[in-house]
This record gives sequence, C-alpha cells and structure tokens, in this order.
Amino acid sequence: MQERTLDFIEPETSVKVLKVTGQKSSRKRILDMGLTPGTKVEVIRRAPLGDPVKFKLKGYNLSLRKKEAETVLVEIIE
Amino acid sequence: MTEKITVALAGNPNVGKTSIFNAITGSKQHVGNWPGVTVERKMGKRKHKDVEMQVVDLPGTYSLTAYSLDEIIARDFIIEEKPDIVVQVIDATNLERNLYLTTQLMELGTRLIIALNMTDLALAKGDSIDVQKMQEFLEVPVISTIGSRGGGIEELLDSVTKEIHRTRTSENIFVYGVEIEKSAEELENVLAEDPYFSHYPSRWFSMKLLEGDENIIKKAEESENYPQIRKILQRTDADSFEAKIADQRYKTIQTMLRQVCNINTDRLSGSDMVDRVVTNKYLGIPIFLSLMWAAFEITFTFATPFMNIIDIFFGWLAETAAGVITVSWLASLVGDGMIAGVGSVLIFLPNILLLFFMISLMEDSGYMSRAAFIMDKVMSKIGLHGKSFIPLIMGFGCNVPAIMATRTIEDSRDRLITILITPFMSCGARLPVYVLLAGAFFGRDAGIVIFGLYALGIFVALISAKLMRSTIVKGEDTPFIMELPSYKIPTLKGSILHMWERGKIYLKKAGGIILIGVVGVWILASIPAPGSGGTFASEEIYGTTDSMIGFIGQIIEPLVAPLGFDWKIAVALLFGVVAKEIVVGSMGVLYGVGDNEDSLSEILAAGAMTPLAGLGLMVFTLLYVPCFACIGVIKRETGSWKWTAFQLFYGTGLAWIFAFVLYQVGSRMGLFA
Repeated sequence: MQERTLDFIEPETSVKVLKVTGQKSSRKRILDMGLTPGTKVEVIRRAPLGDPVKFKLKGYNLSLRKKEAETVLVEIIE
Repeated sequence: MTEKITVALAGNPNVGKTSIFNAITGSKQHVGNWPGVTVERKMGKRKHKDVEMQVVDLPGTYSLTAYSLDEIIARDFIIEEKPDIVVQVIDATNLERNLYLTTQLMELGTRLIIALNMTDLALAKGDSIDVQKMQEFLEVPVISTIGSRGGGIEELLDSVTKEIHRTRTSENIFVYGVEIEKSAEELENVLAEDPYFSHYPSRWFSMKLLEGDENIIKKAEESENYPQIRKILQRTDADSFEAKIADQRYKTIQTMLRQVCNINTDRLSGSDMVDRVVTNKYLGIPIFLSLMWAAFEITFTFATPFMNIIDIFFGWLAETAAGVITVSWLASLVGDGMIAGVGSVLIFLPNILLLFFMISLMEDSGYMSRAAFIMDKVMSKIGLHGKSFIPLIMGFGCNVPAIMATRTIEDSRDRLITILITPFMSCGARLPVYVLLAGAFFGRDAGIVIFGLYALGIFVALISAKLMRSTIVKGEDTPFIMELPSYKIPTLKGSILHMWERGKIYLKKAGGIILIGVVGVWILASIPAPGSGGTFASEEIYGTTDSMIGFIGQIIEPLVAPLGFDWKIAVALLFGVVAKEIVVGSMGVLYGVGDNEDSLSEILAAGAMTPLAGLGLMVFTLLYVPCFACIGVIKRETGSWKWTAFQLFYGTGLAWIFAFVLYQVGSRMGLFA
C-alpha cells in the first residue's frame, strides 16, 4: 500500500493514519484531536477556496489546513 | 453549617459548558480575566444543600498539554488551586474525543464528576448510552444533563455535595504498555524522594515528563534530583512515547465505548447535510456573504433608531440641565461635559448589544466555525485565522463592537493583531467627514474618492497585519486545527445572556475611559488660552482660538503644516478623538459657520483649504487615533496600555506619513490644482 500525506487525498476517500510528523506543538495537537496511528479518517471536502479541508474521524468533523494535513502520513483504505 | 467549596468546570469547546455554567449559577456571575492574561475567566456562586459552591469556568480545551495558553490555564488551576471537585461537561454525541480529556483529568488525580450533556441529541441521533456501566467503568459519577433546558442540574449538584465527602478509591485505569510503565515507575520513585514534587500527582507528572512536556520539564529542573530524572528521560524517546500515550488513551476509550454504548453511524446526520450546502464549493461564499450582510444590516440599521433616541434624549437632558443651572460654567460642565460624555458612552450600546446577539447566534448554532472554514484561505495570506474576518467586517459599521468581537478568536496573537488593525476599517462615524469634504472638493467624483478611502483602510489593515506578524507579534504560526461542531439550535435565553454580559463589560470597563476622555476635551475647550482674558467655560471661548484647545492647536500647527493643515484643522482633529464625526461640527464652529454644513462646504470649496489638503484630511481622519470609545475597548480587550499606546502612535504616524506624502508630492505634481 502506498504511503501518502493527507493533503494529497481527494475528497470522499477514506484513509488510515500511519504517522504524524511535523513540529512538536502541532504534532501533539493533531494526536490529541484523535489522529493517532490506525485511526480511520474520511476526507469530506475542501473549503470553497480550496483550503482548509474538512475531515470526519471518531464521529466528529475536523478541519485542517493543507499545511497541517501535510504532516499526516496515511494510506488509502480500499 | 455551611461548607464552602470550589467547583471547576472543564470540558472541550462546543459541548454546552456555558449553558451548564449558566444553569448552575444563574445571574450570579462575575466575568473577569485570568491573572496576567487576556483569557476570560467566569466565576459564579451557587448554594445547594448547605454547601456554598464557588464555580469557576475553565477555558474550553481538548487536552491538557502546554501548547496553548487555555490549556496551561486550565491545568495550572487544577494543579495549583486544587478545586474540591472538577465537573467535566461531555458532549454525549461525541464521546470518544471528549473522553480523551477525561483520561487526563483522571490522571491529574482530581475528584471528577462527569456531566453527560446533550443526551437528548444523542438519543435523537439514535445512540444509546448505558450511564450506569459508564460510571462503573470510569469509577466516577456520571450525570445526564440537558444544559440548554436546565435538565439534570439538581442531580449534578446533589452529586457534587455527595462526592466531596467520599474518599477517592479509584486508581488509574490507564495502562500504557510495559516500556512506558517501567520508565514511569522509575520516575515516580525519584519524584517520591523529593518533597518538592509532593504538590503534584506523581503519576501524571511522570507521564508528562515522558511525553516531553516543556512546562513540566522546567518544573522538574528546579529539583535537586533532576540529574536522575534526566538520566531516565535520556533513555526514552519522547517523540514515540507521546504518540503511544495518545494512542493508548484512545484505545482504552474505545474499549470502554464498545461496552457502554451503541453509536449509530449509518445515518448521514443533519449537520452533514447542512454542511453540504453551507460549505459548498459554489454556494458557500454567497451564503456566507449574505449572512454577513444580514448581520451587518441588523446590527447597524436596527440600532439607528435606538441611537437616535439616546442622542436626542441626552441632547435634551444637556439643554435642560444647562437651562436649570444658573452658573454658566457649571451649566456647560454638566451639559457639554458630563451629560454629553455619558451620552457618548451609551450611544454605542445598541450596536454592541445587537452585534453580540448576532455573534452569539452564529457561535451557538455552529456557523461561526464554518465562516472561519470558508474565509481562512483569505486570512491565512496575511498570517491570520479565518475567525478574524468577522470582526474586521463589523469594523465597517463601528470599530467598538468589532474589537470586542475579537473574543471569538482563540489564539492570543491572532487576536491581538486583529484588535490592532480593526481601527483601520473605516467606520460609520468617519463617513460624514468624507461626505462633507469629498462633496466640497470633488463634486461628482466624491463617490470614487470615498470608495478609495475604504479601500485604503483595508489595504493599510492587511499590510499592517502582515508587518506585525513578522515583527512585533512574532512567533511560530499556530497550527490551524479546528473542530466543525454539529449544528445546534441556539437558545434565546443563552443569546440574550451573552449579549447582556458584553454590554455590561463595555459599560464597566470601557465606559470610564470614554467619560474621562470626553470630559478632558471639554476642559481643554473651556479653559481660556493664556493671555486671552476669556472667562472659563463661557460660550464665547468654547473651542475657539481663545480656549486652551485652540491654543494647543496653534502650538501644534507647525506639525501639521507640512500636510497642508492649519491650526483650525488641528483643533478639529483633536475634537475628533471624542468621536470622528465631530470633526465636521468643530470645523463648522472654527470657520465661523456654526452647524450649517452647506455653508461650511461652500467656504471650503471657495478656498479655505486646497482640495489636496482636503483629501489629506480625509486620509488622516481614516488612519489617526481612533475615538475614545475605541481606545477604551482596545485597552479593555488587550489588557495593556502598552498595546493601546502602540495602536495610537502607529495609526497617527501612518496618518501623518500618508497625508504628508500626498500633500508634498501632490502639490509638486500640481494635482487637483
């Protein structure tokens, strides 16, 4: 399975989190919000201007800028 | 016998914590700030069965790390002040992520009670939660509440009074795997040797050390045993531990949730359907702009009749008072100084109340975060957050409520910058100045000139934000990680309470500064200029060349002469700090035409001022010191005279430079001559 960063995933796709990289403060925050390895995340849609992006995970909606999504390594769930 | 206890209210943002707080404390609330910071602190009192509770509303947080000010405040309060009970409000429709904070609160060794809020919505969604089982699993009381209707509050308070006498038996239910546990145990043993640490829950402290929490490591450095601690930490890998710990917390939660509840995931929720339309690629922006327009219209158009009533009433009151008082200087002080001053404080109240009513509707319904979602791309270009957009737009109506509206921005740096640039958004009070001057000098092109001034304000605001971001308000970019909460129907009671609270804060905290400013200007306009021989506060000298303010105007004339302004303009600008529209009125008085704007316009057009200087005056009016009311709220919202002074000098400096370049370059090029 191919590893990708979350900002490259098209809307209406489900992915599984592999790892969160990036600066300590943003990494910690992303983990706290539930993007821990193994979590299933659904990419819902981009904002009208293309950024940020809306995701669904653990039964709630979260939005990240592409800059933050870039730090989340994922794989697509078939 | 009454017992006095402290109850802290914790929880994620958007879980209805405020409605629970309101339901517990009713109107007995006190809004202030946490010491030394601009984060708001709400406290309230409630007596229940001989127990007097001091309820403290902690900032809404998702976690208790050291990366955000809100989280540090919440956790320091729990560690240092040791509240008798911590009530965590949990959104029953969003258990998994909410319980993450629960795991941390439990590790902190608090006496915890869970208020399982919005159980009605969870039920409607098709979820079923076994409260009894959840209680057994977590070993803390779990009470179902419906905060918006006050449901379950009595039971919650009963539980608080019971819980304070119970000795805690529950031990930690969270185990993080052999590797982490081993290091944690070693650390706990070291911590146990130094009484310095006895203040902190040792397991929590060890976990935070293992996660590499900077704030906690700093605390550990003060101990003599720190070398030992460092040795243990050096053997571990904080980065991988932090992911493992977060992961393990979520795993434990999942295990529990499988046993205690049944969550309906099949249905597309109502919120998702609304979002499909509201954040749609094509509809999202038009919907947002229409809502903004509606909010703007309601705030500023609906407020106009109320503002007129206030204006007329205080005008009448001032006149009546002046008529009754026979001593002329006293009549002027009471009429033109004090009553006019109180009037200029109250005149903003309709705007503030209406705007906060609208904001509260947007926040409580969940739309506010969608607005931020939609506008974030634009705002991120100048280094700000999507949430900065709404205050800036409201600034076109009036800067005063707009600056207060920055409360919705969580990040303190983003908030500070937004406060500092909002005064450049051209407010409604500046429009009369433009209309008069543009009309007098530019006739048919007045519309273009006025439009240009609005555009200039926006331009200056954007450039300033970018500049401040990279200089004085530096720091790494806050990551944009925002929850989009499910939509809810706001309650009228909640919105009115919120509106009232803001109005009260404005009157209490900003009112005094405004009043002092207005009376100060009255005094300057009433004291005779040295050597003029006028009578104090007589009508003949008020605001003229024979008064102190006129005298000051003449002294500062050389400062404004390079901009093409004379001393009369300088005086009018001094008066303009009371309220910008006063610039027009004072020019009328100074040019000897009284209140008649038509004749003022004629005098100006006939050559009392060059068109270029007139344009410069409009630019100056746009950018220089905002009015006293605005200064008052900048002080109140930044909590700092330093930042307030910075805004004043920065704005006035820019105003001077723009007007200077315009006049000097323009007159050399023969513009509008």
